[in-house]
Amino acid sequence: MPRRSDVSSVLVLGSGPIQIGQACEFDYSGTQACKVLREEGLRVVLVNSNPATIMTDPAFADATYIEPLTVDVIRAIIAEERPDALLATLGGQTALNLAIDLDAAGVLDEFGVEILGADLEAIRTAEDRERFRMAMDEIGLESARSTYVRSEPEAQGAAAEYGFPVVLRPSFTLGGKGGGIAYDADELTRMIRQGLADSPVHEVLIEESLVGWKEFELEVMRDRCDNAVVICSIENVDAMGVHTGDSITVAPAQTLSDPEYQQMRDAAFAVLRRIGVETGGSNVQFAVDPATGRQIVIEMNPRVSRSSALASKATGFPIAKIAAKLAIGYTLDEIANDITRQTRAAFEPSIDYVVVKIPRFTFEKFPGTDDTLTTRMKSVGEVMAMGRTFKEAVNKALRSLEDGHVGFGGAPPLDISDEGLTAALVRPTAGRVDAIAEALTRGRTTDEVAQLTGYDPWFVDQLLQLVERRRQLRACEHLHGVDDDLLRATKADGFSDAQIAMVLHTDEATVRNWRHERDIRPVFKTVDTCAAEFEAYTPYHYATYDSEDEVRTSDRRKIVVLGSGPNRIGQGVEFDYCCVHAVMALRDAGYETIMINCNPETVSTDYDTADRLYFEPLTLEDVLEVCHRERPDGVLVQLGGQTPLKLARDLEAAGVPIWGTSPDAIDAAEDRGRFSTVMHDVGIPMPPGAIARSFDEARDVAVRIGYPVLVRPSYVLGGRAMQIVYDDAGLSRYLTDAVAASPDQPILVDRFLEGAIEVDVDAVYDGEELFVGGILEHIEEAGVHSGDSACTLPPLTLGRAQQEHIRDVTQGIAAGLGVRGLLNVQYAVKDDVLWCIEANPRASRTVPFVSKATGTPLAQVAARVMAGATLAELRDEGMIPVTDVVDGPALPHVAVKEAVLPFDRFPGVDTVLGPEMRSTGEVMGIDRNFGAAFAKAQAGTGSMVLPVEGTVFVSVANRDKRAIVFPAKWLVEHGFDLVATEGTAEVLQRAGVSAQIVDKLADGSSAVLEMLQSGDIDLVLNTPFGARTRSDGYAIRQAAVANGVPCITTLAGILAAVHGIESLKRGTVHVRSLQAYQAAVEALRSRDPAPAA
Amino acid sequence: MTNDALLVFEDGTHARGRSIGATGTAFGEVVFNTSMTGYQEVLTDPSYRGQIVTMTTAHVGNYGMNDADQESDLMQVSGFVVREAARQPSSWRAQRDLRGELAAAGIVAIEGVDTRAITRHVREQGAMRAAISTEILDADALVADAAASPMMEGAELASEVTTAEPYVVEAIAEMRHRVVVLDFGMKRSIARDLARCGAQVHVLPSSSDADDVLACEPDGVLLSNGPGDPAAVRDGIATTQALLGRVPVFGICLGSQLLGHALGARTYKLRFGHHGVNQPVQRRLDGAVEITSHNHGFAVDPETFGETTGPFTYNTADFGSVEVSHVNLNDGVCEGVVASDVRAFSVQYHPEAAPGPSDASYLFDRFAAVMSGDISAISEGR
Repeated sequence: MPRRSDVSSVLVLGSGPIQIGQACEFDYSGTQACKVLREEGLRVVLVNSNPATIMTDPAFADATYIEPLTVDVIRAIIAEERPDALLATLGGQTALNLAIDLDAAGVLDEFGVEILGADLEAIRTAEDRERFRMAMDEIGLESARSTYVRSEPEAQGAAAEYGFPVVLRPSFTLGGKGGGIAYDADELTRMIRQGLADSPVHEVLIEESLVGWKEFELEVMRDRCDNAVVICSIENVDAMGVHTGDSITVAPAQTLSDPEYQQMRDAAFAVLRRIGVETGGSNVQFAVDPATGRQIVIEMNPRVSRSSALASKATGFPIAKIAAKLAIGYTLDEIANDITRQTRAAFEPSIDYVVVKIPRFTFEKFPGTDDTLTTRMKSVGEVMAMGRTFKEAVNKALRSLEDGHVGFGGAPPLDISDEGLTAALVRPTAGRVDAIAEALTRGRTTDEVAQLTGYDPWFVDQLLQLVERRRQLRACEHLHGVDDDLLRATKADGFSDAQIAMVLHTDEATVRNWRHERDIRPVFKTVDTCAAEFEAYTPYHYATYDSEDEVRTSDRRKIVVLGSGPNRIGQGVEFDYCCVHAVMALRDAGYETIMINCNPETVSTDYDTADRLYFEPLTLEDVLEVCHRERPDGVLVQLGGQTPLKLARDLEAAGVPIWGTSPDAIDAAEDRGRFSTVMHDVGIPMPPGAIARSFDEARDVAVRIGYPVLVRPSYVLGGRAMQIVYDDAGLSRYLTDAVAASPDQPILVDRFLEGAIEVDVDAVYDGEELFVGGILEHIEEAGVHSGDSACTLPPLTLGRAQQEHIRDVTQGIAAGLGVRGLLNVQYAVKDDVLWCIEANPRASRTVPFVSKATGTPLAQVAARVMAGATLAELRDEGMIPVTDVVDGPALPHVAVKEAVLPFDRFPGVDTVLGPEMRSTGEVMGIDRNFGAAFAKAQAGTGSMVLPVEGTVFVSVANRDKRAIVFPAKWLVEHGFDLVATEGTAEVLQRAGVSAQIVDKLADGSSAVLEMLQSGDIDLVLNTPFGARTRSDGYAIRQAAVANGVPCITTLAGILAAVHGIESLKRGTVHVRSLQAYQAAVEALRSRDPAPAA
Repeated sequence: MTNDALLVFEDGTHARGRSIGATGTAFGEVVFNTSMTGYQEVLTDPSYRGQIVTMTTAHVGNYGMNDADQESDLMQVSGFVVREAARQPSSWRAQRDLRGELAAAGIVAIEGVDTRAITRHVREQGAMRAAISTEILDADALVADAAASPMMEGAELASEVTTAEPYVVEAIAEMRHRVVVLDFGMKRSIARDLARCGAQVHVLPSSSDADDVLACEPDGVLLSNGPGDPAAVRDGIATTQALLGRVPVFGICLGSQLLGHALGARTYKLRFGHHGVNQPVQRRLDGAVEITSHNHGFAVDPETFGETTGPFTYNTADFGSVEVSHVNLNDGVCEGVVASDVRAFSVQYHPEAAPGPSDASYLFDRFAAVMSGDISAISEGR
């Protein structure tokens, strides 16, 4: 059956900002879907609030809306675009929930929009646990015993029936948010309140605990002729009790016999058919009792998911792409498998390697929160690695994490008692894998470790083999005592050179030289979906120490682009966007492009993106081996964030040609002394400061320049361990942490410019000329990390003269450093003086935002410049406009970027914004004026939605009391009621603004907290009072997060919010596609040509 | 080291690894199997007689060995090649471990070789003779021996694996049919699935003639799977021919090839065969795709049935019309035929799975329906 002829335009819903449980895997799936639908000649209308995504690039859809994913907005878009159908199964839980809301609001009926893929009934059955359980009963599949509860007494009753522990699963939440395991009645009391609050329908499932059972997942697809196939089986190494997203997982499943696997496969298809997934991909999760093999269906998602992205990368079978084709009517047998070309999508991939996924956590960003892994997902990213054995894959995955691991057991011995070690094996944490290495090294048995961890003994035995290999190696004492066979076997077990060096007390380079002298190098195998049964044409490779190499290289000009590794706070999808854009631009310019990355969620690791993909860790060793095999003409290290940048110098030293800004220039930007010289030559001040290597040195610096000071270790990203300290005591406290954060690096102590406006500039320099892509003004004042701050483009308060000055200075810095390619400079403007805070000669987090807001593909421009093109040439090609944002006509719109913070995942963490970045993602609001754009950005975050009526709680620091009067007055005049603590209320009353007084918590009253809990407060305006974090404000901010009430913690944020509310109160939603915005800009530019140079 | 092992191909290609089974030297035709589970079923499948099986999946032996997954009493393969064999099996079902079982059964087996390279080699060069040895570690010597070993073409192996004496497997629950299985190397799961459909199963040796079969008064005859070149199984072809039209016939794998020969067609050797559990087979009737378990090196050439009378339909000389009912979606190989005039049908793959998906298990129900007199069921879907 060919595709349906009755659908000619499709609205695709994206997944919004990157957050825990919903990351860039949906950029990958959405991008694939958009590509497929357009290839099929359909008109694609895309909505996503996340500007950092590749899918929202205007080239991927006919109309791209970067707008908040709310019913009102989608309704306006549907009214404008009139699509025939809606595709909601590729945008994660957000898109599914939105589809349900659109239906409930009657929007789909009103405009006659059909839902493709899983229908609403199927979504509801899959999402509603009680209905799901009943459906499973109907088809004779077992589920865990469970009861839906809506109150605490009901929850306690259910727990009494099943016995503790019990599992809590709130309905309709992302990544298991609000869920967990309660081991006793007290815990249940605490957790059920949170769970009920987190569930949008205030319902929580209390379920019999399957903790310790084995967990599996099948990725399945079905077409409208009822053909169904399993794409991939995934086994969790961590047993039930740890969210799949937080588990180490392996594909294919390793410990199921064929009858057990077939039983699971049959069950998965039965689930798909019963739930009613007419077409598309789904995952079905199972728990298996290790003692009896009893199988229980845990849940299914009637959509593509994080696991389907993993399964696609693990097998080479592009689930989202096929799902999109199935949605428009094709059947599996009609779709070609483009890896083999001669076979069809109607088959089940067979893989002849082992895939290991390991989640990446960032607990260090959230001190004070419990780091135990539970059914509530806490990881922010993941890595995947492939090897010919589990041993090789797990070692590669561990070193891909970039968290200091060089492999399994590659850390110094743990200083922990035997009892402590036992506890560390029992409690699931990010570090448990190290505890296992330690336990096996100390001689604990496989069975004992398996029993304590819940790992299957087969996995433990594999890990024990690694410990034995290390012991064998250690027995050789010196590298020259290791015979070639042993070295080869050790490499085949996935040991990195660094790991071997650690065992043999030498250094990585020595091991590598020794190995290369013996010609012990990896070969590169192909990921082909079929275990080599058919010839593969898609060049998707991984390295392994085996005998045959399969790579077909060519004689074309080749460029390697290094990706950004696992998503983490500070380095997310923005960098994948830059890498993918670089690949697109260079492919168009005739280069052969080669991508290296290890993040399975991304578009960059789609085998369609570059000419060749190497799914490899981004360590020096792994990158060097790929470069040895490929002999590229150039390697780009500027696009993937800090990950590739920190390899630049060593790659260059090894003879790898680095294109763009030289490693020496990168170093100059990072080196304080050299950077100061450049600044001096340009004639721009930097905040005074100095390097310190001890507390005494740091205090001397602080005293000399004056508190408050900004302290941080050198070479940081995302403000890791950056703090503002106000006195000696604070400095002393900080130093302990900073030394732990970066042991070999000194710290930097700088004057903190209090109250300054922060400005970000993204520009490209070709050696002669500077092109300014965008000047962004931060909403929050300096001191809030740029990644956590909202910002606006064009800048709100900077005049053209100031912008010209900024451009001149930026050009001076670019020239002084020797930049070729992207440059991001952060400035602070205080009392009309421009200070340079830092310069980064690489892609920044804001490059995609700037590109979307202005229409100039900055990363593409940079990639071409790095490959030798001049800006003048690119201007002739039409890639950049004749005038930049400074000289060109003023943009007729305003774009606001807002950060999305994961505080709801980390109870106990203070929500006050500071110099340490903690946001996981961002949204963009774009509209005709700042207020409207800001309100959209807030709406896009989902958690900071501005109210248009209700009660506002105000409690601000003394320094902000004068400034709060006018916004407060405005709110009252526009119908809001104010509640304030005494000090704030007095100030307001004196200014004639009435506010109800509530007692401070410090005075023993919990009135504010109760009001927050009962939903009587709609917005919290609370600026922190200096260094005392455990104060009133802290408890109020915690309560706001727990109850989903937006809480603004900076004065600048409060002022912007008032702008936003004002705009919202004016009425109707205004939506416009990026293509339309850009056409308007083009029209302005052609009316207002460049001034003669 | 004492556990060295050598794998060679007749074309001189070789790889060194470690022994994981018996000591000695084994010869056979090397084939690869892409199934990621079910190694025990593969090892004990009589159709693999005479073959050295290379598993493409990375880890083999993880869940051990058990009584329930045996497809016959013996390990049937000539030799076994894996990337890595489990050191410690782990499963509540495990009763024994792979390494111990291979050694006890006298199967020479090797691990630590590049199984993907072997697979690619077989894919490019076709199935070929090979040897594994723990004794002859000189590659040239072993290659010479491999080149001198018997070829698979023309090999009649069914008589080696068939049952010596007839036996009966009782129906599960109520007995509704009596089925004779001609055992050319039957997998136990076939008898199990027939019994599940209410058949009392009489398993007869491959040398049985039509009179032996009819003496059991069967409602239907199943031609089993088995090893070797179908053209060499002359007795089986003759017996089948004698039964056609007198009793419903269902052929599986080798049985399908024998039915093809009996209907007048010829078989040919595939370059490297189909061995795995992910083969898509399209049912021509409705276009539905079944993911199926395969293990065959030969196939029926439908063009040799006789004159073409329509798409995929042929007129045979003696048995009326034959239609190709199932086709391999990957390579177009004929995977099933229906000869409705003589109430016979067959599939080239394994509806009994084991290992593999149960997508085609409906074929046993179809056989039961045909035996009940519902002739139209012979070409119906699931």
